[in-house]
Amino acid sequence: MAERLNVNPTRMELRNLKRRLATAVKGHKMLKDKSDEMVRRFVELAKENKRLRKEVEDELAGALRGFALARSCCEDYVIEEALAMPSKRIRVQADTQNIMSVTVPNMSIIREEEGEIFPYSFAQVTAQLDDSILTVTALAEKLVQLAQVEKACNMLAIEIEKNRRRVNALEYVMIPQTEETIRYITMKLDENERSATVRLMKVKNIIQDK
Amino acid sequence: MYSGKLAVIGDKDIVLAFKAAGMDVFAAADAAQAEDVLKRQAKNYCVIFITEDLAAHMGETLEKYKRKAYPTVIPIPSSSGSGGLGMAGIKADVERAVGTDILFNKED
Repeated sequence: MAERLNVNPTRMELRNLKRRLATAVKGHKMLKDKSDEMVRRFVELAKENKRLRKEVEDELAGALRGFALARSCCEDYVIEEALAMPSKRIRVQADTQNIMSVTVPNMSIIREEEGEIFPYSFAQVTAQLDDSILTVTALAEKLVQLAQVEKACNMLAIEIEKNRRRVNALEYVMIPQTEETIRYITMKLDENERSATVRLMKVKNIIQDK
Repeated sequence: MYSGKLAVIGDKDIVLAFKAAGMDVFAAADAAQAEDVLKRQAKNYCVIFITEDLAAHMGETLEKYKRKAYPTVIPIPSSSGSGGLGMAGIKADVERAVGTDILFNKED
């Protein structure tokens, strides 16, 4: 049994509560619909996220292993010198997009076309370095995409959790409490009315008896 | 509005590979150093990649950055391969949102 709210059993209070109950029921339905749609979108995103991460992790781990190998072939300072001045920069076009009123990042990579891929001369270093740098450069796009999808997933998951709390609070606390209070006030008012009628009848009898 | 720059925080040996690809890199030897760099650089970058070996010890800090759109902080595998931290993150998200794990249970 839900606990009733601490209010005076008056007609005005009853009317207010009825209005509040109607709003709560409507809000509950809407939040529930929102939750369903968010979960649907989330599952799509999570699948995409899983697929992307698997691809990125496999390729990147390979590239980094190659890089570690290349490092071990040369002196440290040779590699550091070779890579000290990268010949190009990667930038992303960063924007936000709205998924079910959650603001998630929306990014796309901007590549500057000019410039060499390798900032060093081939005589200095081994071929493994070329390979791993090529792979990492090519992977940048996927990395950014992964970042975008994974962030969207994170934020949606948090939002879904929050929303579920709201739905539950309405469904299991607010609505039962209000209903219980409305029932209590209705009974109290009916009781008052009955006692008023009985009192009137008694008074009438007393007057007639005189 | 956003800087549009990418950064990588990781082991000194690995980050150079990303430097060649045109990202800004910060070397960090341990998680405390990485956290320090992350806090200082969070405003300047849109995406910050952190290698898994460091990210594994920075759970709380990473959780904080999950709530805002930018910067996006994402774990990536280190040279020793993937330790499964990224996948564990997806799994945790699914569990948080749906209540149970509906994506991974087929394989496990």
